[in-house]
Amino acid sequence: MAAHLSSGRVNLTALREAGRRELREFLDKCAGSKAIVWDEYLTGPFGLIAQYSLLKEHEVEKMFTLKAGRLPPADVKNIIFFVRPRLELMDIIAENVLSEDRVRSPLRDFHILFVPRRSLLCEQRLKDQGVLGSFIHREQYSMDLIPFDGDLLSMESESAFKECYLENDQTSLYHAAKGLMTLQALYGTIPQIFGKGDCARHVANMMIRMKREFPGGQNSIFPVFDTLLLLDRNVDLLSPLATQLTYEGLIDEIYGIQNTYVKLPPEKFAPKKQGEGGKDLPTEPKKLQLNSAEELYAEIRDKNFNAVGSVLSKKAKIISAAFEERHHAKTVGEIKQFVSQLPHMQAARSSLANHTSIAELIKDITTSEDFFDNLTVEQEFMSGIDTDKVNNYTEDCIAQKHPLIKILRLVCLQSVCNSGLKQKVLDHYKREILQTYGYEHILTLNNLEKAGLLKLQTSSRNNYPTIRKTMRLWMDDVNEQNPNDISYVYSGYAPLSVRLAQLLARPGWRSIEEVLKMLPGPHFEERQQLPTGLQKKRQQGENRVTLVFFLGGVTYAEIAALRFLSQMEDGGTEYVIATTKLINGTNWIKSLMEKLEPPPF
Amino acid sequence: MNRMKVDEEEYWHSSKCKAFTFDDDDELSQLKESKRAVNSLRDIVDDDDDLEKFSWSGEPVGRRNKLGSFQSLSDALSDTGVKSYAPELRRPKAEYKDYTSDWSPKDTVRRMQRGKICSLERFRSLREKLMLLDEAVAVHDGNVITAILIFLKRTLKREILFQELEVRQVALRHLIHFLKETGEQKLLLDLLLSQYREHLSIQDAEKRREFLKGCIRLPFSSEDAVHVQDHYTLLERQIIIEANDRHLEAAGQSEIFRKYPRKASILNMPLVTTLFYSCFYHYTEAEGTFSSPINLKKTFKIPDKQYVLTALAARAKLRAWHDVDALFTTKNWLGYTKKRAPIGFHRVVEILQRNSAPVQVLQEYVRLVEDVETRLNLAMKYKCHDVVIDTYRDLKDRHQLMAYRCKVERGSAEEDKIDSILSNL
Repeated sequence: MAAHLSSGRVNLTALREAGRRELREFLDKCAGSKAIVWDEYLTGPFGLIAQYSLLKEHEVEKMFTLKAGRLPPADVKNIIFFVRPRLELMDIIAENVLSEDRVRSPLRDFHILFVPRRSLLCEQRLKDQGVLGSFIHREQYSMDLIPFDGDLLSMESESAFKECYLENDQTSLYHAAKGLMTLQALYGTIPQIFGKGDCARHVANMMIRMKREFPGGQNSIFPVFDTLLLLDRNVDLLSPLATQLTYEGLIDEIYGIQNTYVKLPPEKFAPKKQGEGGKDLPTEPKKLQLNSAEELYAEIRDKNFNAVGSVLSKKAKIISAAFEERHHAKTVGEIKQFVSQLPHMQAARSSLANHTSIAELIKDITTSEDFFDNLTVEQEFMSGIDTDKVNNYTEDCIAQKHPLIKILRLVCLQSVCNSGLKQKVLDHYKREILQTYGYEHILTLNNLEKAGLLKLQTSSRNNYPTIRKTMRLWMDDVNEQNPNDISYVYSGYAPLSVRLAQLLARPGWRSIEEVLKMLPGPHFEERQQLPTGLQKKRQQGENRVTLVFFLGGVTYAEIAALRFLSQMEDGGTEYVIATTKLINGTNWIKSLMEKLEPPPF
Repeated sequence: MNRMKVDEEEYWHSSKCKAFTFDDDDELSQLKESKRAVNSLRDIVDDDDDLEKFSWSGEPVGRRNKLGSFQSLSDALSDTGVKSYAPELRRPKAEYKDYTSDWSPKDTVRRMQRGKICSLERFRSLREKLMLLDEAVAVHDGNVITAILIFLKRTLKREILFQELEVRQVALRHLIHFLKETGEQKLLLDLLLSQYREHLSIQDAEKRREFLKGCIRLPFSSEDAVHVQDHYTLLERQIIIEANDRHLEAAGQSEIFRKYPRKASILNMPLVTTLFYSCFYHYTEAEGTFSSPINLKKTFKIPDKQYVLTALAARAKLRAWHDVDALFTTKNWLGYTKKRAPIGFHRVVEILQRNSAPVQVLQEYVRLVEDVETRLNLAMKYKCHDVVIDTYRDLKDRHQLMAYRCKVERGSAEEDKIDSILSNL
């Protein structure tokens, strides 16, 4: 069920198991049959830790989503609320509990599980509403880092970037530090910490302090990770703005992957039967889980989309050849062997069918004229062409009222690639946006300015070309089929964040001191002492393991680039990736936009 | 508490202080001892209000001495002023909390008005802090209001402070002025925008307009001020247009509204959408009316490009090809007409095509596309045979003409045309 978590260099099943154990312990505290009332946001992340079967084993009989009014009837002894510590949710819970009493149903016990932390404010609110006493157990479940895949952890904290950079609220950094402490408790103290950016500095400081204050003393686990690299998202604002061009990246850009699941338009997944019964096309979106447990997906997810087609067709040939085998099976033994392979072949075939359909869906979009035009402009910006004047394509998109987020992505990309826009250019874009999409977006524009995504060029000097050249962020001769550099993930642009990780491993950051100074925030190195017994003696040819933590989010394309580095033959370093949230340009910009009421049409 | 008592108390504090001299080195331990004594005394006498006020201790006295009897406004203004009181550095607040005099918000404000110093830090809850502010506003003392605002600014979360100020306009103006004077641009902008944001929660258009009118007076930067002003003007216009058009539509006498009933109200729509609406329903109106497109263009300084695009889309949707033609026709001083499009004719073709313009109309504009290759592509895409043929003729491309001959219908006028050209080339 979770085999994919142990496939990587670091066995993340242990982390998941720790999470499950904590959950089981809590459930067992509430003896008897139970119903869980879910804060809907939590169901996705929880699903990655425990399936319904685990809950069922611990007498969870019903599940509801948290809604105002009366709880649905359920013949259970315990009602447990799984919620984020938010005041508005407390009001709903109070309403649930109060209306429950009036019904005079058989006695039910109430419990509450706060994720990721109990909050005094929330408990006070429950007290004010007069229901605090109704809860027997009030506990917290610190789901800090959730294993998404064999090499990927996420906190799924949607607003971490916004909180850190707009609201100056660093709670998510505290959770990141705590998550790292949990990780170290399971996988040993990480001897080396590198970081770049203000948030990175904060997290490192918190970790060091927590370690000092930890009463348990020395951790006696042999360290699995050699290095931790903490990176602020605002060190590299560019990468999330560009359109990701890996298979997984494009699925996320177009359909949005949530907690490893994607919902796709059903038309292409209609079961193909003889007789052509085109009447009952499925109307529900097709929901698929995407992770490395699926062999084919693991192989193609990180490829440039242009290299996916050939893999799929090769696979198709192999599978049909395998099915052809049945004609050659003559003896009973041969037939038996063929039959024993059938389930595996069937699975491979349906996996292939799914991904062929997805690839077709994506191809429809990537071959469209507008996708091409948009990409061309992005690539011009990233390679430093015409970043200092108003762009025609962007203007056209505004005139045709393309989605605002698309416009903002382009304008921000241009601003980042030009170290800020000239006053005239910035004013022009602003006016066009406000006139076309509404003046109230002045609030959103202000947020983008505060986050540094959109800014006025202050000095006459544009640093981006220097950064681009020194760190080789733009590669003209990119090989999409058989890549030899990380730049394949954006068909030319090598993500700055991943380049930083790559250069840290070899030859070290000292070689790029000048450029590091141009990027925001401090860069630093810390060492955590290990007892002599735990110090690693590296075997010949053994790779180092680096945990890269993206504070403020990471894209699938960046992950693909790090995986590419892990797989390089002479790379010498394998990467595990952690982040506050898996993001793409669209949902990232959206998180920074002012919430406005939806327009009437 | 009346003023008598206040003075009395001050007497007690000051006189006790002078009568008692601490040995410098031992001050701390003695104070601790005295605190223990006072506390145990309290246990016996029960929690009596008076006792607390008159309780003997070096603590509040020490603080007064440190500060002097009067704290000037400039002291109060500096953010660090209140924080640097020595006793606070020495031990946790909890230790002397018991002794501080218990002024109500009202008394505190009175005292501040008279120039007496009061520690505001005792007011911990939001409710108390707001009471302080409301008290200060009620007595109209700008100095006190500002001093309290500085205290609130330091001790409240920014969002909460801004939110509370929305219903306290007087205090709001004071804070805006203060931030402007002290040059805290970022905070000022945040405050102004958080004010402006409020309009989103106002549903009633008339009230929203009123609110935006208030926002115009806020000291935004010159660029932002233009946008806010435009926002107000736009809504003002929309209200007028909406009332007028709703009436027209209901009366049922205007043909355009009968033929194309409005899908939604124009209120709160973006400027470009409003322009489209006005080009759709009010195209022919004289410049003087609020709803005429030209008037909107002038008022909001809409660029030519944007205007032409919007007008084109609106007129094409109505299939008013004559208007479309007029949009691109310019007359020079000799009276010759010329076709000109600030957006490029290829864009014009695209928009017309999207509004399913007939081939006759379409080809007229395809012909005007300057770049030969683009023109050929568009002409072929939209089956404007004449344009394709003429272009090849001008290029004297026999080969392509012959190839194209296979694509047109047998025996059609186009085929004849190609044949006649081919025989002449």
